[in-house]
Amino acid sequence: MAKPTITKSASDGRVFDIVVNVLAVLIMLVVLYPLIFVVSASFSDPAKVLGGEVWLLPKGVTLAAYENILHNGEIWTGYRNTIFYAVAGTLINMIMTVLAAYPLSRPDLPGRGFLMLIITLTMFFSGGLIPTYMLVKNLHMVDTVWALIVPGAIATYNLIVMRTYFQTSIPWELQEAAHMDGCTNWRLLWNIILPLSKPILAVMVLFYAVGHWNSFFNALIYIRRESLYPLQLVLREILMISQSDAVDASVGIEDKILLAESIKYAVIIVSSLPVLVMYPFVQRHFVKGVMIGSIKG
Amino acid sequence: MESVQAKAPAAAPVGRKRQGGGLLRRIGKRYDLYLMLLLPLAWYLIFHYGPLYGLQIAFKNFNPGKGIMGSEWVGLEHFQRFFESFYFKRLLWNTLSINLLSLLIAFPVPILLALIVNELRSKSFSKWLQNITFIPHFMSVVVIVGILSVFLSPSTGPVNKLIEWLGGEPIRFMESAGWFKTIFISSNIWQNMGWQSIIYIAALSGVNPQLYEAAKMDGASRLRRIWHVSLPGIVPVIVILLILDIGHFMDVGFEKILLMQNNLNLETSDVISTFVYTTGILKGEYSYTAAIGLFNSLINLTLLLLVNRFARKTAETSLW
Repeated sequence: MAKPTITKSASDGRVFDIVVNVLAVLIMLVVLYPLIFVVSASFSDPAKVLGGEVWLLPKGVTLAAYENILHNGEIWTGYRNTIFYAVAGTLINMIMTVLAAYPLSRPDLPGRGFLMLIITLTMFFSGGLIPTYMLVKNLHMVDTVWALIVPGAIATYNLIVMRTYFQTSIPWELQEAAHMDGCTNWRLLWNIILPLSKPILAVMVLFYAVGHWNSFFNALIYIRRESLYPLQLVLREILMISQSDAVDASVGIEDKILLAESIKYAVIIVSSLPVLVMYPFVQRHFVKGVMIGSIKG
Repeated sequence: MESVQAKAPAAAPVGRKRQGGGLLRRIGKRYDLYLMLLLPLAWYLIFHYGPLYGLQIAFKNFNPGKGIMGSEWVGLEHFQRFFESFYFKRLLWNTLSINLLSLLIAFPVPILLALIVNELRSKSFSKWLQNITFIPHFMSVVVIVGILSVFLSPSTGPVNKLIEWLGGEPIRFMESAGWFKTIFISSNIWQNMGWQSIIYIAALSGVNPQLYEAAKMDGASRLRRIWHVSLPGIVPVIVILLILDIGHFMDVGFEKILLMQNNLNLETSDVISTFVYTTGILKGEYSYTAAIGLFNSLINLTLLLLVNRFARKTAETSLW
């Protein structure tokens, strides 16, 4: 009696395993293929890319596109600016977020519920694009680096994640004991809380830094001077605007079009490289950040 | 003086427990915590509540010379103008349809991915699957749209080469109104499914293994175990994420839409938030577009409240 059911469920399990594994492989291929294509095309002879010969591996390997980028002043300015925005911006993000998250994690903070309410509400309702833009304009931040750093100084979601971490991972008794020993709140924060919170601080630095690295919209609305353009804005010009340029400049300058085409692939790689190189090392931390965030504070 | 200080540490804990007093007195005792909060709170007031104050221009004819307060009050005129405008139907339809389609098609994908990850027998293989699907999440929207345009390019992109190889005509995907929503949503799935699956994977690992054993004993196949054990185990997480998603129903993916937008696909890619950007920031119609933005936020807020209430009643899970 028992035998048929066992074999049935075993074969059922085997078919199931095969289906699941095939699906998994398919998903990996779908995710990886466009990336592989871009990488291969960036190392290929532009003529072969335009001729549609590249579909998986590079054809006629050349570094011409990368050399071209090397000589492109705009890209380097963008790179330099973005590094500055990412470093300065993340620094300010971290200071502001810690200064908000720590007091709000303290059960003995008077008016804590009200303050949390004020802060959480902003996640669900905001003035919107236009009033924010007008505010930044009135503060005379338009076309300065401040416009890219100050209006986004705190991400409320990150603040809540950090507060949750302070609350759940650092025993309140420890803080009370430190208080009894006459430790001020500032020293407590600096000497005890922060050293104990290195994992969450690392996660937040990563979240903020990647955010700065990838953001383009604030620069699009607030920055006019090209010397202040972050990498993503330069990238946008190369990837999207040159499209129409290339079409307009029809015959005669074929080589230019060729290079303009091939530089697109290389520029995608160069601009994503820092984040992607970092990725294998920090991936764990990112995941941890999401997990902490998913605990309801 | 000295003796008081010497006694102070011992007396302090008792004193702290007794402090019932007024709010101000309690704040006084914790003034250094408030000192820490000073900058962040000021920032919240200026950069989050400041724009809320500025939102009143939605009901005024904003005149830079007169300022926000001094500008003339016009009531709901801007809203009326928007509802009656030629673009209103198109903007509302595109905004609603893109988001509804995303919710129907893109929302379940990370759940399915998490189930697959959970069912894989080889742990190292499932780690690979996760790590690979995370990669696109870290690329910027500009890069994603750049990849889309080269990948779907009619002359050089592999997709069109495949179409030609199969005997079809190349399609100008990025300049086609008919393809816009498909490309937008599927590339969103491509970019985000891995990342969004993390929370579900975590929730799945928290499901009690005894439940699986019991289901196995009862002769449930693995599909049935997914249906009767795995899914119910992560329903609360699904509901919370669904509520949060719906709370941002009207403004998903605005930056990407803006980058993908061109004159040829405007018919399907013009949404409320991109309209606010092009008409407000680029053409300077501040009051009009502030009103449109407000309309957008109000729909979001209403949906959030409705869905949250509905979820609390039916699934017994809610944000608050």
